[in-house]
This record gives sequence, C-alpha cells and structure tokens, in this order.
Amino acid sequence: MCGIVGLFLKDKNLEPHLGALLSDMLIIMSDRGPDSAGIAIYGAPTDGVDKLTLQSADPRADFNGLEDILAAASGETAKVMVKSTHAVLTFASEYLSAIRSALAEARPNIRIMGSGESVEIYKEVGLPKDVVARFDIAAMSGSHGIGHTRMATESAVTTLGAHPFSTGADQCLVHNGSLSNHNNLRRDLKRGGMTFETENDTEVAAAYLTAKLAEGRNLGEALNGAVDDLDGFFTFVVGTKSGFGVVRDAIACKPAVMAETDQYVAFGSEYRALVNLPGIDTARVWEPEPATVYFWEH
Amino acid sequence: MPTIDLAVTPLRELNRTLHAIPAGSNDISFEVLNPRGSHSVAVGIDAPVSVEVRGSVGYYCGGMNSEATITVHGSAGPGVAENMMSGTVFVKGDASQYAGATGRGGLLVIEGNASSRCGISMKGMDIVVRGNVGHMSAFMAQSGNLVVLGDAGDALGDSLYEARLFVRGSVKSLGADCIAKEMRPEHLDILRGLLDRAGITHVSPKEFTRYGSARTLYNFNIDNAEAY
Repeated sequence: MCGIVGLFLKDKNLEPHLGALLSDMLIIMSDRGPDSAGIAIYGAPTDGVDKLTLQSADPRADFNGLEDILAAASGETAKVMVKSTHAVLTFASEYLSAIRSALAEARPNIRIMGSGESVEIYKEVGLPKDVVARFDIAAMSGSHGIGHTRMATESAVTTLGAHPFSTGADQCLVHNGSLSNHNNLRRDLKRGGMTFETENDTEVAAAYLTAKLAEGRNLGEALNGAVDDLDGFFTFVVGTKSGFGVVRDAIACKPAVMAETDQYVAFGSEYRALVNLPGIDTARVWEPEPATVYFWEH
Repeated sequence: MPTIDLAVTPLRELNRTLHAIPAGSNDISFEVLNPRGSHSVAVGIDAPVSVEVRGSVGYYCGGMNSEATITVHGSAGPGVAENMMSGTVFVKGDASQYAGATGRGGLLVIEGNASSRCGISMKGMDIVVRGNVGHMSAFMAQSGNLVVLGDAGDALGDSLYEARLFVRGSVKSLGADCIAKEMRPEHLDILRGLLDRAGITHVSPKEFTRYGSARTLYNFNIDNAEAY
C-alpha cells in the first residue's frame, strides 16, 4: 500500500502551520504502511544560503564537533542544528562542494538526505506519529511539503529505503506503488552520471526526474516523460523549490484524492488524510486522472 | 431515527448495530454523522433499513448490501457497493475506482462521476452513473446493466460477457470484444425502467447507445494458436 500526502500552500497565513497540518495528514495514513515514514518541508530560502540535511545511525559520535570540523571548509559560515538522528547544516552557498568533501572525509558514515536552498528532509524507520515527534515536524513552517508512510515491497526497511527520495537540489519524490523496469532505468541513469544510494525502485524514479530537469525540462515535462518511460504502478507526489506535482500511471490503481481551495492544494492517498484541513467541506475535491500531470508553482 | 455519530461512536459499533436488526423489522432509518472518509461504513447489512450517511466515505461503503437503501451525502472511496446483493446505494457525489465491483443484484446510483473500473466483473447488479466513468469500466462484466449519462473512458467493456452497457455520451475506446449494438424496443424498456428507478426524468432512452459482447472470445479460435 503506502500512504502519501502533500500540501502546497497558496495562503501565506497558513505557512506557520505547514508542519502541523502535514504531520496530521501523515499520521492519519499510518495504517497504509507501518515500516518507515518521512517528510520533506520547503521553508523560505535565504539568498546565498544553502542547506544540507544529514542523517547518521550514530548521531552522538557523528554530529559531535561538526561545526568545528566544517569551519574551515565553510569559511566559518556553517551552522548545525541537530534533531535526533538528523542534522541540518546551513552555510554560504559557495562552500557546498568543499563541505561535501570535508564531510565525506571526516564523517564517512553520515548520509545526505537532501540538499538545496529550501528543502529539509526527515525520514526514519517507525510509525508516522513517532517519526514526526522525533523531528518536531509540527513546529516547522514552510510553503509546501510532502510526506510518506511506507509498506515496504521493493527493498529493505531501512532509513535509506524510506521516502521521500531526493536526488537533486531541492527535489524530492514520494511514491505509492512499485516499478518493474527500475533495474534497466538505473543502469541507463548511471551511464548518464547519476549516483544511487539504494536498490530501491523509487530512488530510480526520483533520479529519472532529476535527470530530466537537468536536461532543462520543466517539472510538467519531466512528469510526462515518467508516464512514458516508467513501467509499473505509481502515484507520485513530487516537490521542487517552487512547486508541487502529482502524476499517476495509466492504470491508476494506486489511490489518490486531491483538494483545492483559495488557501491550498492538498493531496492524500485517501480522503481521510484531508478531513482536518481548513475549509475542506467546501473545497473542490477530485480524483486525479490517470497518466495526467498536475503541477502548481509559487 | 437513530443517529450514530462516528466522531464519538466506533465504526464497528455502527456496523454491529446494523447487523443486529431482527428479521421482519422494517421502516428503520439510521443517520450516520461525521464519516470523515472512514472505510467500510454500513457494510454487510441484511435488512430493509435505510441509512443516510452525512459526508464522504472511504473504501467499501455499502459492500455486500442486501435489501438496505444507503445514501451517501458526499463522495465515496474505492469499492462502493462492492458485491452488493440487493437493495440500493445512492452516492450524491463522485465514486472512486471499482464502484459496484462484482455486484450480484440491487441498484447503485452515482450522481457524480465514477472513476476507473466502474462495474468491473458485475454479475447482475444495475449501475446508473449521471456523470462519466473512467477507463476499464465493466471489465469482464457478466450480467446486469451499466448506464452512463456522460462519457466512458478507455477500454469500455473489455472482455465483456453478457452485461448490457448503455452510454449517452462518447466512448474514448472500446475494450476487446466489446461492440456497439442495436437498441431494440426491449432495451429501451429496460433503460427507461433503470432511469426511472434512479430518479432521472430529463433524458430519453433514445439518447443512448447500447454496447455488448461480440462473443468472439467465448471459445478458443484455432486460428489464433500461433499467438500462444
């Protein structure tokens, strides 16, 4: 199964509540998958500042003294905010590659969950209620976000196998379904220079979109490409720095409900996920069509 | 009218109440408040009661229904009235995929649109959809009638058996072995009866096209042996 949710805010007054609204939506979807959960939140970017979301299986050892280790590589600009097994680094954008190199050398066990100007990604094994509490997602503000609770089928139940998958700056993707041509696609994408952390099918879908966007396609074009090139079952919700997209395969057996008001566009695997959103009783609610791309940008 | 508020009463208590109605009881009306997308609302009823559900429901609402009249004042998730035996289910909004799947009897009326696989493998029930139906509707439908006032999506009636399909609007594509057929007087009568039961008075049965099985898949054709 898997449960996926997404929320794209149009009304800035709701931005302080993004984390709380999205957490609630994801917790309602818990019985669609108990294995792992994750959320990506897009916050307001600051000019010239980049972020990295880091994860460690041994945060006490890996995150200890991180600021000192990165001081030289970041021109003294790096700040570290530790949240349980994750840490968010913020630093002046020009030091990104120096910081990545310094991290790889000094803390080789740290994994990078997401990078960009806006996105922070938190994911772990466990139930949505525990994962969102662990990272205090409810206190986070932002303009849009996506979330996922997993019933694992295609790869192991691990933190790295949890969604969202991020394969490019400020890009991430959550998936309900399973892909059948991911091994072939992964080989093609590797030949094109993409790198992979897992054997997971969803990571291939995320990398596919990243590769299309890198070719200069917009999100809509990349998602249309996915309909043609990915074989299998999928309902995807995708986040980018400025936008939010939804696409389902042509068979469309993986459920999807959307709602739109003047304040937001919301996605849920089921209507249940949407019932606590403000104004839902008068929202336009519909099921996205198969093989049809929907996207919104700020 | 007993009112059950799902914001305070567990779903199983609602369904247990609906299952405990003694034989011979009738004219019992229930009202269900705050369904908030719950699954399995009012499933497995086996009594001539009426249930008014005030809001949208999740999966399988009214599944296996016998004799009851269930009205959803909202939209329904996947599998509404799945395997219905008799009675009536009305959905005032839209229905998600496989509405009325495998239904053996009774009437399902969807006032809005139904998405993919509406009436898949239906085995005797009647379905009337005021709006459109999605792709693969009436896939392998065996008997009963599917009436669509709007348009049908791709592969309508694929691998159809003996169900009758009546579509007023366009059909994006017909599935394997499904063909348009002549509308004879007995079909107009059947269709008029179904529209009446669904409370639809503004359209004439003559506006519909009938689709049915070409019956070429019923027996193995030796000329196709090379394909296997």
